[in-house]
Amino acid sequence: MSPFDVVVVVGGVLLTLGAAFAIVRAEKGPSILDRTVALDIVVTTMIAAVALYAAYFRRADVVPLLVVLSLVGFVGSVTVARFAAVEPEGEGRVRTREEVAAEEAEKRRLEQEEEETRRRRRRVVEAEEQAVADAERDVPSSSRDTVEDEPDDEHHGGPADEEAR
Amino acid sequence: MTATMWETAADAVSIICLLGGAFFAFAAGVGALRFPDLLARMHAGTKPQVLGLILVLVGLALRLREGGAVWALVLVAIFQMLTAPVAAHMVGRAGFRTGKVRNDLLVVDELTRDLDDTQTDGTGDDV
Repeated sequence: MSPFDVVVVVGGVLLTLGAAFAIVRAEKGPSILDRTVALDIVVTTMIAAVALYAAYFRRADVVPLLVVLSLVGFVGSVTVARFAAVEPEGEGRVRTREEVAAEEAEKRRLEQEEEETRRRRRRVVEAEEQAVADAERDVPSSSRDTVEDEPDDEHHGGPADEEAR
Repeated sequence: MTATMWETAADAVSIICLLGGAFFAFAAGVGALRFPDLLARMHAGTKPQVLGLILVLVGLALRLREGGAVWALVLVAIFQMLTAPVAAHMVGRAGFRTGKVRNDLLVVDELTRDLDDTQTDGTGDDV
């Protein structure tokens, strides 16, 4: 057992524990920036782990991987910090399954209510239109235009009844 | 000193660097988990983290002992030292603006003092 075996075991355990703690912090939050910082730590720990791997096997071909990983971690945290906003109380928390279900049910109930009111309003409008149509039909024929119910294009001079000729 | 002796010495230093770097990465994880507020966690996530990463990279460079790879590792280290302050500054500013900094844990709060000064005298000079 060479000394590098010991180094890989000890270093691997340390890096794994560090990354695990950071992931616990990323889960606990409480704000998005805490999560970003924790995930930044995870990415840097990953870089260290890849470096440890490269040192153990003497592989120089994984070095570009280190460059890429360090780039990605930087971009992630800066982007999230740029768009961080004030979060309402209790927002920065992963909801339980029951809470999600209750919220969904509430949303669905509201949607149904809205649909119901819309339908009712439409029914009222239809009833009014029906009433207007009925009223028009019920108008006595004497009070209507007697000559032409539907004036055509050639005689648009108005009603011609009781005209003295 | 012969070449093998140099290689043994480089390997020994590399082992120390790798172990130290792994320990600092572990310390960063512990700090992120245990520290009380955003700025303290950010401190754990930037300073010991970058030092640990640089130690690991030095260890790797001493182990690889190849020109091209070592330059790439230097590049990674420089990039980390350039970007970690920028990211920490962005996160700290966003955290301050969105009220995630706990004032009772701060020893000195120069930003709030300066902001108050600019609001009272309106010009912000001689602050």
